[in-house]
Amino acid sequence: MTTVHSPAPRSGRASRTATALVVTLVLALLLVFFILPVIWLLLAPTKTAGELISDAPLSFGSFHNLAAAWDHLISFQGAAILVWLKNSAVYSVGSLAITILTSIPAGYALALTRFRGRKLLLMITLTVMIMPSAALVLPIFLELNLFHLIGTAWSVILPFSFFPFGVYLVYIYFATSLPRSILSAARLDGASEWQIFLKIALPLARPVVALVAFFSFVGNWNNFFLPYLVLPSSDAFPVQVGLNQLLTSTPSFNPVAGAGLNITSPELALAILISILPVLVVFLFSQRALVSGMLAGSTK
Amino acid sequence: MTSLDIRGAAPAADPIGRRTSVRRPAAGGLAGYLFVSGYVVLLLAFGVFPTGYAAYLALTNDRGQFTGLGQFVKVVQDFRFLPAFGDIVVYLVLWLVLLVVLSVGAAVILRGRMRPGLSATLRFLFYVPGALAGIASVLVWLFMLDPSVSPVGWLISAAGFGNFAAVLAPGNLPVILVLIAFWAGAGGWMVVMYGALNNIPDEVIEAARIDGAGPWRTAWSVQIPMIKKWIAYMTILAFAAGTQIFVEPQLLQTASLGRVSPTWSPNQLAYLYAFQKGDFNGAAAISIFLLVLGLACAGVLVTRSGLFTVDDNE
Repeated sequence: MTTVHSPAPRSGRASRTATALVVTLVLALLLVFFILPVIWLLLAPTKTAGELISDAPLSFGSFHNLAAAWDHLISFQGAAILVWLKNSAVYSVGSLAITILTSIPAGYALALTRFRGRKLLLMITLTVMIMPSAALVLPIFLELNLFHLIGTAWSVILPFSFFPFGVYLVYIYFATSLPRSILSAARLDGASEWQIFLKIALPLARPVVALVAFFSFVGNWNNFFLPYLVLPSSDAFPVQVGLNQLLTSTPSFNPVAGAGLNITSPELALAILISILPVLVVFLFSQRALVSGMLAGSTK
Repeated sequence: MTSLDIRGAAPAADPIGRRTSVRRPAAGGLAGYLFVSGYVVLLLAFGVFPTGYAAYLALTNDRGQFTGLGQFVKVVQDFRFLPAFGDIVVYLVLWLVLLVVLSVGAAVILRGRMRPGLSATLRFLFYVPGALAGIASVLVWLFMLDPSVSPVGWLISAAGFGNFAAVLAPGNLPVILVLIAFWAGAGGWMVVMYGALNNIPDEVIEAARIDGAGPWRTAWSVQIPMIKKWIAYMTILAFAAGTQIFVEPQLLQTASLGRVSPTWSPNQLAYLYAFQKGDFNGAAAISIFLLVLGLACAGVLVTRSGLFTVDDNE
């Protein structure tokens, strides 16, 4: 694709140069737009709140400032950020485990077995998967409230583990990569449905497990709305909700509540960085997963 | 999807296929139910039940008496209801136009006109902010939009906003929300659109080239039409998600020291009903409106787009 076809029409070279210029400009602007905030964020905790205003925006402060920001952040409500991170890990990984355990067999069954109601289940799954999950948050809150589950870890883990997109990914994966003839052959050989699943399907499922895990983990880790509604106390907050609390304790964004706390802009920037670290790590290795997940179905 | 289509077509015509499809429910049926059981429990508990319960609440009052459409009428008549929907309409129009034009445009450029290594690097860099989706992206943009600390403070000042308070004027909210959404989400979509373009067989592009089409012509007449379904998919998903916006305006409201309306979006209004007024019935009524909107989008995609051919020979 790199070479441009040579016998170009009349206007030729000049228009091609203009095009190249426009293309370069668009890409450069996009690059700045996407990356500048990230660079700023990486540098912000190395400066004091004063330096953030007075120094050049993209300058490096000092490691001393970074350490100070860390100390201030840790001393906020007695290392609350570490508790929040632990909570996020418990909620994300806990629901991820349940998601995997339920979605792999479900997707497999939808793709390769036949049972009454299969098509209905598939249609419902597709619909709920496309429907934004936020639409169900308030109804789920009302339900949890009815059953007095508000405030427990389960009130976050269980709703998170309902992940129709995961089921759909598994469904597509098996429907396109596991020929039904293999299963028929195994059935003829007398293998039970359970054996077929364990011995044939499961070993093939590794790539899709990774895919489901990626989407589930990132979604759970970044989720704010549900935990914000159902978890009343700071000790139970995941880090996303904790960040909200930090924001309301930062004087520049909330002069009233911030008095007496050491949480200023650099601390907040550091907290943002820490909170996204796990997702960032996953992201660094997952661009391919994103594409294959979002395009599931069209590839074959 | 071809394998699915073939499978879908065969049994209807073919007597052998028919025989197996009759036999199968007996053989695979029970196992099928067992395999889906865990998921079905979650689906009932966190999909079906909450929807039904919200509908029940929306049709009754706080003493459980049936009130028909009373709750719906009440929330629609709330002076904040229509403005909240108006707000998201403005936001959605801006967001979707920008998303479609730039993500498809960028994907075409990245797919066609540069060294593969450079393209991969750029895609990666565009996509990185996606890791900051949710609250982190809003916080980052609070800094980016504060002229006193922003690396583009000069630009913000030049645009006529002398300080942070001026930037966070309520009228600017749709633009700010679009910036945030684009920053955290567009890179991922660019990667996805690039992937869709990549699935177009090389021979097709080659044929267009031999026919004398330049890169733009090829993009407009061949590549974009071939990924039309995926563009529709992106648009509908982004639209559906946009109608539910909550976190972003909620945080901007905090940061604007209360100048931005606490009921900017419909979900915030539902939140206010539930948490400040303790009116769960009213909150449920608003959430039903939002659910219906989400369901409608999903319904359109599932039934009309052709992306989700469910093979079917029941």
